[in-house]
Amino acid sequence: MVPEYYESSVVDIYEKLPVPFGLVRFGVAPDHPEVKNVINAFTQTAHHDRCSFYGNVTVGKDVSIEELKQAYHALVLTYGAETNRTLDIPGKNLLGVYSARMFVGWYNGLPENKDLNPELSSETAVILGHGNVALDVARILLSPIDVLKKTDIAGHALEAIATSKVKRVLLVGRRGPLQVAFTIKELREMINLPDTRPLLNPSDFMGLKQAVKDLPRPRKRLTELMIKTALEKSSGKEVERQAAATKEWGLQFLRSPLEIIPSNDGKRVAGIRLSVNKMEGLGESAKFVQTGDVEDLECGLVLSSIGYKSYPIDPSVPFDHRLGIIPNNLGRVLHASGLYCSGWVKRGPTGVIVTTMHDGFETAETVLGDVRSGLLDVSASKGGSKVIGALLKQRGIRPVTFPEWEKIDNVEVARGEQAGKPREKLLDVQQMIEVASQ
Amino acid sequence: MAAASARCGLGLGLRLCLALGLRLPHGGHHNLRGILQQRALHTGPTVYQSDDTHSKAENSDVVNITFIDRLGNRIPVKGKVGDNVLYLAHENGIDLEGACEASLACSTCHVYVNEEHFDKLPEAVEREEDMLDMAPVLQLNSRLGCQIILTKELEGMELTLPKITRNFYVDGHVPKPH
Repeated sequence: MVPEYYESSVVDIYEKLPVPFGLVRFGVAPDHPEVKNVINAFTQTAHHDRCSFYGNVTVGKDVSIEELKQAYHALVLTYGAETNRTLDIPGKNLLGVYSARMFVGWYNGLPENKDLNPELSSETAVILGHGNVALDVARILLSPIDVLKKTDIAGHALEAIATSKVKRVLLVGRRGPLQVAFTIKELREMINLPDTRPLLNPSDFMGLKQAVKDLPRPRKRLTELMIKTALEKSSGKEVERQAAATKEWGLQFLRSPLEIIPSNDGKRVAGIRLSVNKMEGLGESAKFVQTGDVEDLECGLVLSSIGYKSYPIDPSVPFDHRLGIIPNNLGRVLHASGLYCSGWVKRGPTGVIVTTMHDGFETAETVLGDVRSGLLDVSASKGGSKVIGALLKQRGIRPVTFPEWEKIDNVEVARGEQAGKPREKLLDVQQMIEVASQ
Repeated sequence: MAAASARCGLGLGLRLCLALGLRLPHGGHHNLRGILQQRALHTGPTVYQSDDTHSKAENSDVVNITFIDRLGNRIPVKGKVGDNVLYLAHENGIDLEGACEASLACSTCHVYVNEEHFDKLPEAVEREEDMLDMAPVLQLNSRLGCQIILTKELEGMELTLPKITRNFYVDGHVPKPH
């Protein structure tokens, strides 16, 4: 946005990986290619003559915030949330327990997760969490291979899922149906997933029909869909379809994880012990309370999908450890000058493309407003990428430019064509750099 | 200059549907016509040059609508029967994003339709309703721009772009820092 609004501005993007696009490449599920169309818009921006991309540069390690501040009038931190909230219960380190974030990275070809090698040898998987990431993971675990093989899913994940024994995926959340964080499109996809049947417990939805009437539209439609799926008698055709299904998925409510139960040899997951909860209070302030009862679920795979989390990038950048964000006002970092932030590191790790997009526009408006008002002093001349480039060269860091990413892109697409996929992602950073250097 | 990747027309005859319009400035720094000419692209056999809009449109086909942008500026636009509102907006330099390129996988092309014409639109399909649920500041007259196809009945329709940023003041005022 900035290059078009301000005639002489130059925007340089520094990214840790050799390849751009972040979550659009590594977070959006392989079977959601239309969501990835936004890559075309990003590519158009990257082609702007006053915009440059420098991949394979880790800010905070290869170059410091201080050095960047010296070289640029403004720094916008948009590094998102690269870790996850952790499950702190006994058994969390047993074989077969993973964060959903790593699992998603694994099937999406994120280099750091390529060796995850998840345990897919048992019939039941438990996912802790009721968000879209939990649904994505469930859907990828249960999707027909014929569907997955035509997507850009990472090669090793396709092979592993083809031989997976997982037939049942239970999504376990500590609160009730009115508190689910996933959205209707993803829920509908799950309900319509071929060769699967939904397991929704009618007793979880009793009495909700009345409560739903006064809810805001998105929550109302979502809850009505769950109620319909749980309570309404299916048509003959649907009954047949469900009876013939070889896989199933379910939503379990009011259950919190207490302990992961080990197998007899003590090495792997055999089950999970859950606390039975009840909700107290109403609406937005409703909270869950443990009743003291427990329940055990047998399973061989546990994926925790309980939220992402940001890291502080550098001691010189203010960070709120409680909220996991950089303290800011409309994108202007507090108690700092020349620093801005946008996206998940600004607002917290939730939201889809539309929310993060508008958030980006807001930060851009703040930057431009600060230039106009003089709060951001742009009078001094700054060295920009010339200075940073020289520093990186001294340190033996080889940035990957956008045209070089396009070479990687071409290789991935060409390999994909051979396999009947939109692309076959390169999984190794060294390999990416080799292709970039050709 | 930047080349948007071409996508085939959505069954709307000879049209180039731009992958995503450039965001254009309100501040007048750039020559709007110049940018439109730069966007008349060369990426496929079905290129539709913006210059041709006026010469090709037959009067009986013309549908005049108005976009109201995020600053409140009224921008009259001459479209044709069959035009997709999202791409019409792009061709006329309107700031309407279309991240998923009209595939009902996002809600960035969210617009408010004026009351008189809202009821003239065919009902939204379930997938559009699902995506609208994600749109910030959803109103009763919300629709996704990429799902609105112009008909003669929609002559005079007004489409307002939602003000979505919190620091957005109509008069361009920028709040002072604390």
